[in-house]
Parts: sequence; structure tokens; C-alpha cells
Amino acid sequence: MPHAPLDDSRFPGLRRRGFLAAAGGVAGLGALALAGCGGPGSGAAAGGDGKPRRGGTLRAAFAGGGASETLDPHRTNLFADAARAKALFDKLADQGADLSAQPRLAASWEPNDGLDRWRVKLRKATFHDGKPVTAADVLYSYRRIADPKEAFRAKASLEPIDLKASRAVDDRTVEFVLKRPTAEFPNVLAAFGAYIVPEGARDFDKKPIGSGPFRFVSFAPGRSAVVERYDEYWDGAPHLERLEFVIANEESARVNALLGGQVEYAHELNPTTARAHEGKGQVEIVRLRNSAMQAFAMKTDRAPFDDKRVREAFFLIADREELVKGALSGAGEIGNDLFGKGYEYYADGLPQRAQDLDKARHLLKKAGVEGLKVTLDTSPVAAGFTEAASIFRDQAAKAGVHVKVEVGSKDTFWTDTLDSGTLASYRSGAMPIESHISQRLLTDSTTNATQWHHKDFDALYQQAQSTKDKKDRAAVYERMQRRLYAEGGFLVWGFADWILGMAKNVRGVAHDAPANTLDWARFDKVWLA
Amino acid sequence: MSGTEALRGTGMGTGTAHGTGLRAWVVRRLLLGAGQTVAVVLLVFALTEALPGDAAVALAGDQPDPARVAAIREALHLDRPAHERLVAWAGGLLHGDLGTSLASGRPVATYLANGFGPTLLLAALTVALLIPVSVGLGVLAARREGRFADRLISSATLGVYAVPEFALGVLLVTVFALNLGWLPPTAVGYGTDLLAHPAALVLPVLVLLARPVCSLARLVRAGMIDALASPYAAQARRYGIAGARVRYLHALPNALAPAAQQLARTIDWLLCGVIVVEALFVIPGLGTVLMNAVAERDVPVIQGLAVVFGLTAVVLNLGADLVARRFTPRAAVAA
Repeated sequence: MPHAPLDDSRFPGLRRRGFLAAAGGVAGLGALALAGCGGPGSGAAAGGDGKPRRGGTLRAAFAGGGASETLDPHRTNLFADAARAKALFDKLADQGADLSAQPRLAASWEPNDGLDRWRVKLRKATFHDGKPVTAADVLYSYRRIADPKEAFRAKASLEPIDLKASRAVDDRTVEFVLKRPTAEFPNVLAAFGAYIVPEGARDFDKKPIGSGPFRFVSFAPGRSAVVERYDEYWDGAPHLERLEFVIANEESARVNALLGGQVEYAHELNPTTARAHEGKGQVEIVRLRNSAMQAFAMKTDRAPFDDKRVREAFFLIADREELVKGALSGAGEIGNDLFGKGYEYYADGLPQRAQDLDKARHLLKKAGVEGLKVTLDTSPVAAGFTEAASIFRDQAAKAGVHVKVEVGSKDTFWTDTLDSGTLASYRSGAMPIESHISQRLLTDSTTNATQWHHKDFDALYQQAQSTKDKKDRAAVYERMQRRLYAEGGFLVWGFADWILGMAKNVRGVAHDAPANTLDWARFDKVWLA
Repeated sequence: MSGTEALRGTGMGTGTAHGTGLRAWVVRRLLLGAGQTVAVVLLVFALTEALPGDAAVALAGDQPDPARVAAIREALHLDRPAHERLVAWAGGLLHGDLGTSLASGRPVATYLANGFGPTLLLAALTVALLIPVSVGLGVLAARREGRFADRLISSATLGVYAVPEFALGVLLVTVFALNLGWLPPTAVGYGTDLLAHPAALVLPVLVLLARPVCSLARLVRAGMIDALASPYAAQARRYGIAGARVRYLHALPNALAPAAQQLARTIDWLLCGVIVVEALFVIPGLGTVLMNAVAERDVPVIQGLAVVFGLTAVVLNLGADLVARRFTPRAAVAA
């Protein structure tokens, strides 16, 4: 299975697949003990007008992974994988529109005072073969993901759990023992790919059994997957009778199929396509805001970016409006050098940064790097990358900085730029802010693309994870974000919309769910008028 | 994959059959073809290895956690030296085992089998229409040489030949599928069961036909004109043989010899995956399999495709040479 999340170079150039916005929150703080709370995910089913009608088949087109696709939910990697996994399986929790964890198969979770032991009560739910979802299934699923011989994507997210010590208290209660206090543990339960499968399940190609809203009918890798309503679904049976996922890697093919009435839902459209069809009455365009952070990653451990004055100068060089307009065709909003606009704990009180070339020049002069030359690594691996790089090059030239844009291979870009180079294009799908920090900004983070290593910053993170009170924790996050805003390595210039196209008779699609969250690509609340 | 580009060319040595008989010639050609296929496979392996990154890096995608990449690499045995992996793969091949995909763990044979169906269907339909249409146009143009019909056919074929498949495809979809609504714009969701949806095949086949029809028709026309002007055609006419008989039994076979070579190249192009058409119309054939396999650095799948494509090219060229010998035995003798 191919790669990367949230990739999307587009265009006739025959790219393949669409990708996934990675997720995978590692450890979380999250204190909240969310007792009892049986609420289904956040604001699902927006855009629903009138009374839902039962029945019908919806065909949804996604970019996919070709003949290597699998229905193994733990191998979920692409958007298409995630959408299929979500139809067939459930996680213990999932992310709401603000990326906070919402209970799903878990009915409630309750930590001890040390925040390193969590009791998760399961709701009454059944798998498609009628068997109840039990604590043993949960432990089996998590142990499978954490198998050291495998490389499942969610493995890193489950790292805080000591699975040997964790146990089933009774059929519907799991006690998770953690390696350290983890206030945001519910984020772990909502991690990307952390689906619950029946104990012993190994082969998902033939007839996968899950507890999700739809049950398996057929699957042809790289072509289509058909599922049908599961009447006993714990969150209410879906309105649709059937749901068919079809794969069309070319954006133009997805649009044509939608316009030609061959599908009712097309995932991942280009901004130009959206503009051409928005408000024309033929199809409906939905923009999922804040779905993909757009940034440049500066390596803070090496020249010239080891000097924080240079980093600040680069923050001030960026004309964010121009970048959003040029590289995202206007489909998005500007960023403020922080991840997670609109998400829980986002520090939205900080002043919006704007271009200030004089101050940038002044800072560069003070840092002694006038006439600075930098190489910016980019690649057509994601929409707008190369465009953003050349726009930024021109903006930097106005501040006397010579940026050389180097275009690399899209198949290996993320590995290539993790440790090498000094400045690179970057983007990220939606995930909780805490996950962003733990995966990318701690000394031992696995994908620390800005090489941000600060013991005091690590300590703040540990402090947040050990803080039970949510308000206090928010204050710690704010401190961390202030630091990143002032001198971090991510120049976050924008947040791209994720664009969907739908037939006029499709109702109940959430309009406020960033890609990868609970209500994104969620079809059990969708119906056909 | 761009066989139609070559309007002219020689096969792989038409004239080695001096007195040794057809069978020996075929055997030699097959041995040579096997050697060529091996060379292709080795070359493809070397080139794939030379690509930056491997299956583990491709699989890790935007989550290039070094520990995870290393774990994937170990699980896929990518940490073994390249020549060991090649030998292991070749050993399996001798037992008819094409190996398993790195990306999915499924047998490579299922990849090829699933992709081959749609590809073969498209190729068969295209060729079934290509031969009568191009020969018909070529003969018609030759008969009316220099007159209106000839000028129309010649300029139209030249014009259409200049349009790339992608542009033509987009144009046809926009007009016939989206504006007029006569045909479905894509074959999305039809899977391998394309025959059950013949309407979805019309546009892809038209796109595939466009350029080969032009090149073949022009070859047939040129061959016919040459042949009709040749001494033996004149001689036949002096004997009072009817014009139609001269045209179709004497001149046409000579015109078809070069066309057969071109046709083989076209079929080769069709069978080796026409990526643009597959992508545009969402037809999951071999071209799509190849695209994905390269992006995933899925070496066993790429190798399997190289074997199939190599053998296809060898068999088709051999077939074309046999046809050429049959139609114009002189060529073999003279060579």
C-alpha cells in the first residue's frame, strides 16, 4: 500500500492516490474523564434538511491505492482506506470537529489520580456476526497493532500503553496500564488506524467482520468495495441500504463520474474544479476547513536556522494571503505559524503575523547573514507544494534572501527531508495539537522535521500530560505554543480546505469535519433525498 | 509503450531463414526472444533498484519514522543484498512462481491476471476495429490518389495523429458524455466486468483507435501506391486481370507487409498498458498496475510486468515477421 497520507499532487500528470492526512496521536493529555457520556460523535449530519429517507445506494469515488489495497483496518494508510475502515469498523474513540476525542465503542473512560491507569467501559455493541464486542477483542486488536514484527501505522500512537500489564476487568471493561502519566489518553483511543477487530481476526481480504455501521459485501482491490447496512449498529442503523466505494485516481475522472451521474460523492477535488462548479446547481461543493496545514519546515539545529532571528525573519518574509491565493487557489485560510487552527487548545489569542520585509531585513542583518542563500526542498507530493515554493522564493528575494527551489521525488520526499537539508515544504493532516507536538516537536519524536530539541519544551509536554485539570493543561499548551510562535521551526502559512463534490440529492454530509475526523467520510448518517 | 510513434521500422531481422526452413528460424527467433526478455527483466530490475527510495520508504509515506521504515524493510527482506533478492525471485520464476507483492503480500500472478482482463478487452476491441478501418481508408486513399478523397483522408489522418490521447480523451468526454449525455464519462465501478457495460467502452476505444488508424492507413496507402506502380502489377494488368483482383490479391498483400510490423507494434502498445486512457476512463488494466507498482517500489510486481511485457513484444514481433514472410516471401529471400 502506498503511502502517504494527504498527498495529493494532482493533475493530468497521472498521479496516483490521494492521501491521508496522517494522524495518529500519540499520547494524549486529555484528562477529561468523560464519564458515561454516550454521545455519538460531534456535529454529525450537518446539512441535513428534511427527514432522512431510508434506502438507496450511494457510490463514493476516492483516490486509492491500486491492486495493493487491503481492508485490513490496521493497515489503513490512504483516505480511501480510512473511509472503508470507518464503514466496516469502529475505534474506541474518534476525533470531533475540533479534534477532541469523542467516545465511540468506549462508553466512558476514567483515569486514576496518577493518570497512568485508565478504565475504559465498552458500550453494548455487536460485530457483524452477532458476537458482542468485548474487552478481549480490544486487547487483541491493540496487541496486533503493537506487534513488534509488524509496522502498523498506529503502533507509534499506542506506544504509551503497556499492553502486557493491561487487562480485561470484565467482558466490557478494559484497564489500560500506561508507561507514564498520559492525560490525553483518549487521543490514543482515537488514533488513526486503531480499529477494533474480533479476537483472532487476521485475514481481512475474504470476509472482514467489524462492528461498524456497514457490513461487508464485496471487495476488488483498486476498484471497488461494496458494503451494506448493518441493522444492529449501536449508533443506529445507517439510512443507506448500500454503499459502494469506487476508486478513481485521476481527479478529472472523479469529477466526470460525478457530473455524469456515475457516483454521488467525489472525494478530494481541486480548488479550480470547485470554483467551476460551485453554485452552478449541477453538483454541490463542500469545503472541509482546516484540513491540511501548509508550512515550510526550518531545521532549527543547523545554519542558518539555528539562529532564531533568522527564523523570525522568515516568518516575516511570508505574505500568507499571496501563498493561499497562489498555491491553494484561494481554497484555504492563512496560518499564524502554529498548527491546529480551530482545534481544541489552539492559541488563537496571538496576533496574526503579517509580512514585514524591513523588519525581516533588519533581523537578517543583525544575525550577520545578509545576502543569505538557502535551498528549499519541495516536491509535487502534495497539492500546491511546488507553487508555494516558487511564490515564497519570490517573496524572499524582496528581503534580499536568495532561495533556490529544488524539486525532489514525490515517492521518497518525506524520508528525504526528515533529516537532510535546511528548509523544506511541509504539510500535515488534521490531528490533535497534542499529537502534533508529541510526534514532531519532542527530543525523541519519531518525525521531528524541524529538529526541535529542547529539554524545557519536553518538560512542558510532560507537565501537560501529568495535569489532570483541563484548564491548567490548556495553559501549559498555550505556553508551548507561544514559544513555537516566537521561535519555532514551522512557518505555517496556511490551512487548506479539503474539497468534496456531491450530487444534489445527497444529504447529511458534515460540512465542519476536517479530513480524518469522525464525521469526515462518514456515511452512516448520509441519506439520499 | 509508444509503439504507434514509429511509422516505419524493421522487425527483428526478417531474413535469417536461408534454406534452414521455417521451423529452425522460428526456434532461433524464440531463443533470441527469451534472451531479450531476460535482458529486459535484468535491466528493469537494475533501473528499479537505481530509483531513489525503496518499498519501505514508499510505504512509510509522510510518516517516515526511521524505526518504522527499518521494521518494514526487515519484514520485506529488503535488507538483503539486491543480487540475493534477484536470485531468489528468479528461482521462484523457474517454478512458475512470480513471487508476492511487497506492498500487499498477495501473489504477483493475481495482479497480472486482474490487470490483464481489461487491457486485453480494450486491445482486442481496438484491433478488431483498427484493421478494417485503417486498411479500408488506406486502400480508398490509394485508389483515389491525388484526388479529393485522398487529400481528405491524408490530411485528416495527419491532423488526428497530432492530437495526444489525453487531449482527445478529455475532448470526447466533455462533448459526448458531459454535454450530450450519450455515453458514460468513465468506467468507474465496473471493475473487470466491462463487457456488461459496452457503452463505457466506446470512448476509450475511440481514443485508442485514433492514432493507430492514422499511422496504419497512411502506411497501407503508401504501400498500395508503390505496389500498384510496380512492374508486376503492370504485368498483371497486361494479362488482362481485373483491376479489383490486381488491387486486392496482388498489390494489397505487398502493402500489408510494412503495415503488419506497425500493427504488431500497436498491439504491443495496447497490451503493455495504455496508462493515459486507463487513468482518464478509470479502467484498471496493466498500465494502472505498473504506475502503482513503480510508485510503491514494488519490485516483484514490476518484474512480473517486465516478464509479461517482454514476452508479449517477442511473440508479437515474431507473429508480424511470419505474416510478412507469408505475404511477401520475396523479402525473406532477398534479405
